[in-house]
Amino acid sequence: MIPVCPTTALPPGEAIRVDADEPIAVFNVDGDFYAIDDTCTHQDASLADGWVDGCAVECPLHASCFDLRTGKVSGPPAKTPVGTHRVVVQDGTIYVQPGTAADGAA
Amino acid sequence: MSPTIAVVGASLAGLSAARALRDQSYDGRIVVIGDEVHAPYDRPPLSKGFLAGTASLEDITLGAPDDAELRLEWRLGTTAVGLDHRSRSVLLHDGSEVRADGVVLATGARARRLPGGKGLDGVHVLRSLDDAIALRVDLATAERLVVIGAGFIGAEVASTARTLGLQVTVVETQPVPLAGPLGPEMGGVCAELHADHGTRLLTGTGVAGLVGTGRVEAVDLTDGTRLPADVVVVGIGATPNTEWLADSGVALGNGVLTDARGATTIPGVVAVGDCAAAWSASHGRHVRIEHWTHALEQPAAAVATLLGTGGPAPTPVPYFWSDQYGARIQFAGSRRDGDVARVVEGSCADRSFLVAYERDGHPVAVLGMNQPRLFTRWRRQLRSAVPATS
Ligand code: FES
Repeated sequence: MIPVCPTTALPPGEAIRVDADEPIAVFNVDGDFYAIDDTCTHQDASLADGWVDGCAVECPLHASCFDLRTGKVSGPPAKTPVGTHRVVVQDGTIYVQPGTAADGAA
Repeated sequence: MSPTIAVVGASLAGLSAARALRDQSYDGRIVVIGDEVHAPYDRPPLSKGFLAGTASLEDITLGAPDDAELRLEWRLGTTAVGLDHRSRSVLLHDGSEVRADGVVLATGARARRLPGGKGLDGVHVLRSLDDAIALRVDLATAERLVVIGAGFIGAEVASTARTLGLQVTVVETQPVPLAGPLGPEMGGVCAELHADHGTRLLTGTGVAGLVGTGRVEAVDLTDGTRLPADVVVVGIGATPNTEWLADSGVALGNGVLTDARGATTIPGVVAVGDCAAAWSASHGRHVRIEHWTHALEQPAAAVATLLGTGGPAPTPVPYFWSDQYGARIQFAGSRRDGDVARVVEGSCADRSFLVAYERDGHPVAVLGMNQPRLFTRWRRQLRSAVPATS
C-alpha cells in the first residue's frame, strides 16, 4: 500500500496525484475517496488536474469524463476506461493499493 | 411503421446527434449519411499525432465498443445532394432518397482553398483523413514546407513538420496571427512559439501566387519575396457545406440558420456542428462555431428540439485547444476587442501562463498555455465573477 496524505490534506472536490509505477490520482468526493489511473487514456493529461463533477472527473484537456467508481468513460475523445485502485483510510491517512481494482469497478 | 430520423453528416456532430437520440430514448430508425467512406474519426489529431505518424487510424476512430447498441444504419461514401422539405426526404447522389420524419443537418465545413489555385501537386489543405494521408506521404520526402495562414491548423502543421525535420516558413496576411480569437497581444505571444522552434514566420504579407508546372516549386508573396517550397499547406479557414440545401427552403447565411436550440426554418429539421449558425442572444446575430467541443455537446439540445422535448436554450462557454511545439494552448469564453488581457499566473516568457480577459472588471474569457489544471478551474467558473485561486 502506498501512503497518499492525511485525509485533512485532501478536501472534498480536490484531487492529488500519487507517483507510483503508473501515476495514480486520488479524489475526495464529499468525504468518499476514489483512486484511478492518473493518465487519461486519450493522450497524456493528468486527471488529477481535471474537474470533479459528482462521481466523475472531466479530463482537463479534451473533456472526456471518467466515472471515479468504475473508471468508465462517458464519451469521446477517450474510448477506453481507466483502471481503478482500492483506497484504504487508516488512522486519518489515505492509502492506495495499486493494481487492486476498487470494489464495484467494472 | 417506426419513425425514421436521417442524420446527414457522419463526423463528430453527426455521431453525437445519433448518440444523443438514443440517450434521449428515441427508439426509431436512425440513418447516418456520410460523404466520406471512412467511419467517423476524430479530426484534431490530423494536424498533430496522425500527421506525425504517432497516432494510427485506430487511435483516432470515434467509434466506441458499445456503439452497436445504437442500431445505426450507415450510408457511408454517400453524398446528400438535396432536401425535399415537403416529404422531408434526403436526396442522395446515386438518385435514391431517404424518407425521414426528422432530419439532422451535420454536413460540417470544408477547407477553403487559395483563389485561383492551379491544381498543382504538392499543394494541400487539411480537413479530412484523406487530406492528412496525402500530406503525410508528401512531407515524408520534402525538405521545405510553406504554410499559408498562421491560424491554429497552420501552426499545428508547422509544428508537426518541424518534428519531422522540415524547414518551415509560415506566411500570414494579418500583422499578428490569431488576433481574431486571442486578441493581438496574446496572438503575438502564441506566435512566438514559431521562432522558439526554428519556424520562420512572415506576417503582414499576402500570397501573390504559386509557382510551378505540374508540381509546386515556390510561393510568391505580395512583397516580392519568392519562397522555394516542396510542399505547400493552405490553412485559411473553412466554408460551411450548405450548397446542397440551396433549393430546400432552409434559410441559409454563413451556415444553416437556426434558433438557439438548433431549429432551422423548416419544422422537423435541425442543424448541428460546423455547418450551423445558431442565433446568439449575446451577439445579437447568428454565430457559426467550429470548435470540437461544440460539435460534441450542442447536438444534444438540437436533438431535444427535434424530439419536441427541448428545455431552455443551452448557454455553453465556448472552449477550444491547440497543441503546438509541445505547448498546450487552451481558450474558453467569448473575447472581443477592448477586453483587457491580464496575466494571472506564470509568465509569457516562460511559455507557461494563465491570462484572463476582463470586461468591466469581470473575466469573460481565459487563455492558458501549459496550465491545464488552473485553466480547467477558470473555465468551469467563467460564469461566476470570482474564479478559484488554485
Ligand atoms: S487527454 Fe484526456 S480527453 Fe484528451
